[in-house]
Amino acid sequence: MKKQIIKILTELRPEFDFSQESVDFIEEGMLDSFDMVNLVNELDTTYCISIDGVDILPENFSTVEAILKLLEKNGVK
Amino acid sequence: MDFFFKNKRISGILTILPQKAVKFEDEMVNYNFSPAKSMKLKLAMGYNEHRIAAPGQTSSDFCRFGLQYLIDNKLIELEEIDALLFVSQSPDYFMPPTSNVLHGHFHLKQDCICMDINQGCAGFELGLIQACLLLDQPAVKKVVLFNADVLSPKVSSRDRNSKPLIGDAASITIVEKCNEENPIYANIKMDGSGALVLNIPAGGFRLPSSPETAIMEEDAAGNFRSKDNLVMQGDEVFNFVQREVPPMIEHLFEQSGIDRNNVDWYMFHQPNKFMLHKLADKLRIPREKIPANIVENFGNASGVTVPTCISFNLGNQLINGEFQLCMAGFGVGLTWSSIMMKVGYVKFNDIIEF
Repeated sequence: MKKQIIKILTELRPEFDFSQESVDFIEEGMLDSFDMVNLVNELDTTYCISIDGVDILPENFSTVEAILKLLEKNGVK
Repeated sequence: MDFFFKNKRISGILTILPQKAVKFEDEMVNYNFSPAKSMKLKLAMGYNEHRIAAPGQTSSDFCRFGLQYLIDNKLIELEEIDALLFVSQSPDYFMPPTSNVLHGHFHLKQDCICMDINQGCAGFELGLIQACLLLDQPAVKKVVLFNADVLSPKVSSRDRNSKPLIGDAASITIVEKCNEENPIYANIKMDGSGALVLNIPAGGFRLPSSPETAIMEEDAAGNFRSKDNLVMQGDEVFNFVQREVPPMIEHLFEQSGIDRNNVDWYMFHQPNKFMLHKLADKLRIPREKIPANIVENFGNASGVTVPTCISFNLGNQLINGEFQLCMAGFGVGLTWSSIMMKVGYVKFNDIIEF
């Protein structure tokens, strides 16, 4: 699943390397709020879920680990 | 705050749109995005084209045109108007009230109360609540509710947060007394601590417009706007809507005793498709029951989006039948409001162009 997330992120912003750990995607400017919208759409479609609107917060998309946790919260294993 | 009204109905809705339609693709070049990213944004948000008033056209011009259309088509008689409400963020003047200007233009009777209400995205709901409050008085039998906004001149063409979605429009809703009980359940909440999340910093008495306020500045996201322009903190607005709107609608189900599955249509304010789909999912409502096609076709004209949504999606169906509607507005203020009522067998439900 980690690989899949990195693939989705890379398709969104091909100019960045999302495989780096310990990088905050939001703080580093790798993802902005519109990227988050597109990312949520991609994750919803890929995993047949609907991420709750209240969870669409920068901290839930700041790292691959954070995205994994969010997916787990939505029942994705 | 909850409200309950009865023996009142909506008897007609008219939406008045500018003739000029601007395509999203034609404005993309102004935004600090790659074309590919802009197109993704277009798909996710549902941006396509929006209606923009011609230079010099004001909100009241659209209202005037619309009311004249109703008079010419014998859909209303001036003598029967007991109250005139003008809900807008774009009045003609600081003083007098634009409702009084409209009153003067149509030579309405002196026994007619005029009120301007400064409200945006929840302006249709607040206007309906105010109309119903007035109709509780014996002297008031028919209210003309204008919702109108021409805010496009206040939005920077280089602001991708706001420019793609802004639309200009007006609507006229006739609210009147009726013999049928027709229960109306409404609620409204305010949070003034977020008042500046959506605002136009300059141009009022607090900070009058000047050459300094017209200087364009770049924000952290690469948008350019001046203090004379509308500014929307999009993330804050999104989070507010997702946090506050679902509990408000759940409360409305309890308040009215009407099950979510027995609502025919959810006519919500139209910020963008993504936000509306998220609300639908959270409320466990089929997305098809919350039309999300107004920002796509006409743009977001603040308090006019709900009547536009009704006119565009129901059209003549509202003349020949009746529907249980759940309406909701949320935004500027911060304000959020919802109304559950049956609407149908109206005299008109049209869209015209000016």
